[in-house]
Amino acid sequence: MSDEMCLKAKRRANYVRLEKLCGRVWKYGDNVNTDAIIPARYLNVSTPEELAAHCMEDIDSGFASQVEAGDVIVSGANFGCGSSREHAPLAIKGAGISCVVAVSFARIFYRNAINIGLPILECRKAVSGTEAGQTLEVDLTQGTITNLDSGETFQAEPYPSFLMGVIGAGGLIPYTRRRLGVG
Amino acid sequence: MGQTIAEKILSAHVKRGAPTGGEVSPGKLVEVRVDMVLANDITAPIAIREFSRIGVDRVFDPEKVALVPDHFAPNKDMKAAEQCRQLRDFARAQGIKNYFEVGRMGIEHVLLPEEGLVLPGDVVVGADSHTCTYGALGAFGTGMGSTDIAVAMAIGSIWMKVPETIRVLYYGELQPWVGGKDLILYTIGTIGVDGARYQAIEFAGPAIADLPMSGRFTMANMAIEAGAKAGLFAVDDATRAYLEPRAGRPYTAYDADPDATYTRIVEVDVSEIEPQVAFPHLPSNVRPISQVGEVCIDQSVIGLCTNGRWDDLALAAEVLRGRQVHPNVRCIVIPGTQGIYLRAVREGLAEVFVEAGAALSTPTCGPCLGGHMGVLAAGERCVSTTNRNFVGRMGHPTSEVYLANPAVAAASAVLGRIAGPEEVID
Repeated sequence: MSDEMCLKAKRRANYVRLEKLCGRVWKYGDNVNTDAIIPARYLNVSTPEELAAHCMEDIDSGFASQVEAGDVIVSGANFGCGSSREHAPLAIKGAGISCVVAVSFARIFYRNAINIGLPILECRKAVSGTEAGQTLEVDLTQGTITNLDSGETFQAEPYPSFLMGVIGAGGLIPYTRRRLGVG
Repeated sequence: MGQTIAEKILSAHVKRGAPTGGEVSPGKLVEVRVDMVLANDITAPIAIREFSRIGVDRVFDPEKVALVPDHFAPNKDMKAAEQCRQLRDFARAQGIKNYFEVGRMGIEHVLLPEEGLVLPGDVVVGADSHTCTYGALGAFGTGMGSTDIAVAMAIGSIWMKVPETIRVLYYGELQPWVGGKDLILYTIGTIGVDGARYQAIEFAGPAIADLPMSGRFTMANMAIEAGAKAGLFAVDDATRAYLEPRAGRPYTAYDADPDATYTRIVEVDVSEIEPQVAFPHLPSNVRPISQVGEVCIDQSVIGLCTNGRWDDLALAAEVLRGRQVHPNVRCIVIPGTQGIYLRAVREGLAEVFVEAGAALSTPTCGPCLGGHMGVLAAGERCVSTTNRNFVGRMGHPTSEVYLANPAVAAASAVLGRIAGPEEVID
């Protein structure tokens, strides 16, 4: 169902650009912490693939085995609170999640996601207007989130221009390389 | 216009002409110079990998980088051993002398202040969320991820959003057995786990003047558990006395201007506060010790970066002296540094712990994050002086962690259930 809807949406929009994402929703509540996203017992490894195998393990044991490339996480307030571990957005990215939409993000997770090029959007209305298993289409350039099941479209909070530069470069490392004139 | 402590420190470190702009007011993005960049054996491997992608050969200043193998060290398994080796090899290759080997190390946030590596007015960024601990010294310490730390190691500066500040004023006289841990748990219980998200907290008021440095470190350490970017104290005589034997360079002490702007002022009458216990699974889920009820425990963990300083161990020893750990309980004591460990040996605390039937460990973060040295089985309960009690934090997802101060953790170890020290000491 999800694939079909995404395909139709893609045909409708006639795009192949990466700025538009589409996927099935995994929904969680408030204060999803980094121990929930990737338990610390797995921090003796650091590649996205290894970490993805244990993503969300302690709060949603089916996530890692059932998540599909392109899926979207939708969550409540303070997503990614707790530790500074970059392993958390790496695990999510490694699992194939294309975007995280939340009411708000914990500060360090917010930085980490932007730094490694994991798209994240803050949008309270999109969170309340979306159920698990529905399909979202996300337009990163416009900051819009469309629920393809209900047809509703939501506008996410815009990024400051400096951060748009980091996001546009593909993360903090390519941004820094460009700035230092080595990229 | 008046400035908060955070605004003053960031103003003194702002890098002019950076792509962020340079206006130091809440909500604005700035690039700031850093005085110390920190990573550990969990976060440094990614930082080193990302550093190698930047295209610079050397760290910006090997004197201003600290690498501490503390989380899964002493090496808990082969994969952890490889991560620790990456840290060690990178430190050697880069000439980083602030690398602390097992046997000479400590838990980073206890170690760096003890070594005089963080001083008032500094900006410290660390790939560890509890880098906010340095706020106890009037330094702007904040946690970031590994990629941020890689960039800070490469260029000596990093972007930040200037935070708004919440001021928490503590007044009144502390009850017996109440300290920094209880004040911060109570505060998190009041404002919530995201009550200070993206903001700085200034801890102030007359009750803070009476609080020893150990208690201030504990409070600043847990500022992140309210979502804060930094948790800051003004420098006073207690800070200067702590720094006197440690500071090897001049420092600048900042206090807030009387007309500084705060987003919120919270007042706390500490005389009303009993020892606090944070129930699973959030640090904000606090109850006073009198309202805990019957909670039997399997383990008690005392020490680590939140409560592993000398005063903390002395409090626990006061409760455990001449008593026995309950037959159903494993009590694990982890001093914050080898220096504190050695003092515990010299001054008899080690004997108290071992005679009581507790395990006394070299410094490691191990059990706090379910790594090693005290991982919990399914359904087990632990009272711990650490800072997080999330689902699965110390082991199995069905295990439970209750956060408390060292005297409560020690008394609980004796009685086999969560209890205040007054139940143990007549």
